[in-house]
Amino acid sequence: MSTTNKVIHALYNDDDVLMDAVKKTRAAHYHIEEVFTPFPVHGLDKAIGISPTRLAICAFIYGCTGLSVATWMMNNIMISDWPQDIGGKPSMSYIQNMPAFVPVMFEMTVFFAAHLMVITFYMRSRLWPFKAAENPDVRTTDDHFLMEVAVSGNEAEQVSFFEGTGAVEVKVIEKH
Amino acid sequence: MYTLSNRLKMFSIILMVLGALGIGYGFLTAPKTIQDVEALEKAEAHHGGGHEAAGHEATPAHEAHEASAETTPAAAEAHHDEVATEEAHAEHTTAVVTDTAHAEHAAATDTLAVAHAAEVAAPAHHKVAEKHETAVDAHAEHQEHLEHVLHQLQNKPWAALYVACIFFLLITMGVLAFYGIQWVAQAGWSPVLFRVMEGITAYLPVGSVIFFIFLLICGLDLFHSNHLFPWMVEGITDPKSEHYDALVAGKSGYLNFGFWIIRAAVFLAGWNLYRFFARKTSLKQDEAPAGDNFNYKKLFKGSAGFLVFFIVSESIMSWDWIMSLDPHWFSTLFGWYVFASFFVSGITTICMVTLYLKSKGLLEYVNTSHIHDLAKFMFGISVFWTYLWFSQFMLIWYANIPEEVTYFITRINDYTVPFWGAVVMNFVFPILILVNTDFKRVTWILVIAGSIILCGHYVDFFNMIMPATVGKNWFIGISEVSSVLFFLGLFLLVIFNALTKAPLLPKGNPFIEESKHFHY
Repeated sequence: MSTTNKVIHALYNDDDVLMDAVKKTRAAHYHIEEVFTPFPVHGLDKAIGISPTRLAICAFIYGCTGLSVATWMMNNIMISDWPQDIGGKPSMSYIQNMPAFVPVMFEMTVFFAAHLMVITFYMRSRLWPFKAAENPDVRTTDDHFLMEVAVSGNEAEQVSFFEGTGAVEVKVIEKH
Repeated sequence: MYTLSNRLKMFSIILMVLGALGIGYGFLTAPKTIQDVEALEKAEAHHGGGHEAAGHEATPAHEAHEASAETTPAAAEAHHDEVATEEAHAEHTTAVVTDTAHAEHAAATDTLAVAHAAEVAAPAHHKVAEKHETAVDAHAEHQEHLEHVLHQLQNKPWAALYVACIFFLLITMGVLAFYGIQWVAQAGWSPVLFRVMEGITAYLPVGSVIFFIFLLICGLDLFHSNHLFPWMVEGITDPKSEHYDALVAGKSGYLNFGFWIIRAAVFLAGWNLYRFFARKTSLKQDEAPAGDNFNYKKLFKGSAGFLVFFIVSESIMSWDWIMSLDPHWFSTLFGWYVFASFFVSGITTICMVTLYLKSKGLLEYVNTSHIHDLAKFMFGISVFWTYLWFSQFMLIWYANIPEEVTYFITRINDYTVPFWGAVVMNFVFPILILVNTDFKRVTWILVIAGSIILCGHYVDFFNMIMPATVGKNWFIGISEVSSVLFFLGLFLLVIFNALTKAPLLPKGNPFIEESKHFHY
């Protein structure tokens, strides 16, 4: 592999054509850097070979955290710190008064799971306000699909390969 | 085409024979007279007496706990004269405040005697009753107690049969409701499973007939030994009778045998009619020429109509067949709660039967995505059941209104393990196992999860029915297990026999192609 930071931008105008092109590119052992699409293309992640997300596992752990926080909080406030008799509710131990705490425990579990998972998603995807857009071509937010492939070896051969995959446009770009 | 294997046939017949023998044994060994109960209690008291003498000083706290738990339902029932109840309450309060083992123990003994707990040995009861000047005639009370226990013990084999009978009938209804929903929702994934669902619902006519006969036996008091429905007791609406109950009398416009049995007949007939019509139309659609969707549309409309009828009849059914076992108690979301319980059982049954047929290589087009969808339904409806279970429990626990709360107090005190165990089996276990996407596609995990869910919902029905019919004298013994085995054998025999009657892949369904290629 030559030491160049050139990439090929192959543009498509149909997701079926894109899927075929991705499969051909993988078969030809070219390295796909990135694919930009205007909408989610079903099965694209599998075709590119991206490993499955672990976001759901994070959410489960966050949910357990939320449940623990709610339990600790209410045990501390309602049972340990100041166990008052409020309307005859048994505040002698946590388990005795637990049904009354379940709505809070449930909501806190959902709250932690949802919000921390979303924040994790933003951090992993590097998304935040005022972030400069990384879009290589404005048309990819509307009706075009763009596959970015690292140039290695024979550049002209690679360009003609991508033209053969049904691309409407193939460009070689120098990346900084 | 599926052919019923001889092994499965033999297995079902063995289950039925074993079950029938056990059911018969349960009926034969139930006590016949008050003298039988007295002898039973004497034997138990003698046996328990030794224990008491040995463990008396060692476990006063434990006994006190049990006794104080007893106080509340006893007080709520208000069967005893006020002085006694007040005294018990006062002593109970003292015990809690002073918190000394001795005081607690004393309170325990007194409370038990006054509250007339069934477990207390008869001699002990007499002894303390003498001490109390306020206690009513001990002998009359003792006779009343024996009669009460006799009724509960006589109910036991009946109630065991009733739980199993209604459980399998309602599993079938859960499947039928799911089937109707799939038609009306025009689901694209499920048509390859329609024949499995139709096979399972073949149990409906059989189950309905048995269940209806059971209701007739209860209502007409055919064998004079069944007291499942307290509102059917003779003279309960007659102010001159000793059995008069003003609360039940007030409900007799609804809870009377004639109206009750007519409702049951209408509901069972309506459900069977839909099942018969749906099966016939579904088979006709198979033979229709391509593009002819007349039968499909007919069944679509029929299913929509059925679902409206079903939700009304289901709600009333739950009052009639389960809630009326506790005629003093009422709950508004009970119908939904019962529905969630048998709906998830029905879906689990579909999943288990599908996995079985798939393992035999008979369901060519059923892939792991179909199984995954069924598992998601098992997971989701389990959580839905828990939501309703908790909503019913927590609202009543929170407000603690005596006339409602006795329902849960008897269950928590006398059915501690089944009551909380049902929540573990129907909620904690499924939520931890089925939350994982990969697990929802693994056969052996689903078989384990499905078995636990089905057992859990049997226990759920057990919890709804047993405390009202046998009270403290419950036990999962020969009667209960045999009843389940008998109906399980019958259920398997009927549904797998029905599965041989038609090809397992419906051909004419307009969504069948989509369903064959369903991929999640």
